[in-house]
Amino acid sequence: MIVIGVLVAVSAALVWRRDGITGVTEILTHDLSLFGGILPRVLAGCLLGAFIAEILPHEKVSRSLGPKSGLKGLLIGAAFGAIMPGGPFTAYPVASALLAVGADFGATIAMVVSWTLIGYGRAIAWELPIMGTDFTLWRIVISLPLPVLAGALGRFVFVRIYPKGAPE
Amino acid sequence: MSAALLIDIILWGSVAAVGFIAFRRGPTVLKTSLREGTMDFINIVPRIALGVIGSGYIAAVIPQEIITGWLGPDSGWLGVLTATIAGAATPGGPVIGFSIGAVALKAGGGPPQVIAYVIAWALFAFQRLLLWEIPFMPARFVWFRAAVSLPFPFLAAAIAMAIGKP
Repeated sequence: MIVIGVLVAVSAALVWRRDGITGVTEILTHDLSLFGGILPRVLAGCLLGAFIAEILPHEKVSRSLGPKSGLKGLLIGAAFGAIMPGGPFTAYPVASALLAVGADFGATIAMVVSWTLIGYGRAIAWELPIMGTDFTLWRIVISLPLPVLAGALGRFVFVRIYPKGAPE
Repeated sequence: MSAALLIDIILWGSVAAVGFIAFRRGPTVLKTSLREGTMDFINIVPRIALGVIGSGYIAAVIPQEIITGWLGPDSGWLGVLTATIAGAATPGGPVIGFSIGAVALKAGGGPPQVIAYVIAWALFAFQRLLLWEIPFMPARFVWFRAAVSLPFPFLAAAIAMAIGKP
């Protein structure tokens, strides 16, 4: 938070020295309108995460996404990430909710990685128009195995670093 | 209908659906989750404000030509490595990340390198990590996730080299 604040202040000062005050205000207005557009989605994401944490039965989540859920748990996590609507403002609160109700690091990693790599939201909104259909589809096909692999690697490493379970 | 609108509809539709399930469980469940969700929202807004409103400045001072240059037509594993670092170092949102990828592709960057770049950007873009993932998730999880994700831009490049571009 402080690092980012300093980074932003330094960058803004550099922009001001290079482009003058117009450069600074131009970026500020653009980012403010972006921020205004994102806010309702952030709220939706927080609500989604809170509802999911509240309504998902804990035993069931730890059975299907917990440390002993095996390949099936990783596949469920990956599928969940792929169908997750919205951007970072939904994926991370929901992932955090899953962790809280009993999913292990492995399944949650599979979910987060799947959301970043094969989630349709970003692909449809940004990648298709900018990179083109061929590249996007090719990239997604190559990415298909990665979430489950990342989750499996996460589990493998986790039990070796924390043999007694996650520290609090 | 624009993609953004469609995504908003799916998003709020999902909120309404899980909200309805919570409502069926009883008014306490609904009230608790509404309160928790709103509290999360209030806590997160200042961080996101800083990130979103500040990100334009960070993106403005890191010249995109530098990143495209890293991706250049030099192929091989060194290219994949630089592409991975460039992806993690790319500031700003998806428009910037994908635009740089598109420019690199047009400028003659090798497809495996561009794949590595896009995947590294998706996995590690420092700005998303610091501004979105860490505020919402336990920091320990985020670092762990990033560490185990390290091999994957390279694996994706290897798959891309093996199957070739269609």
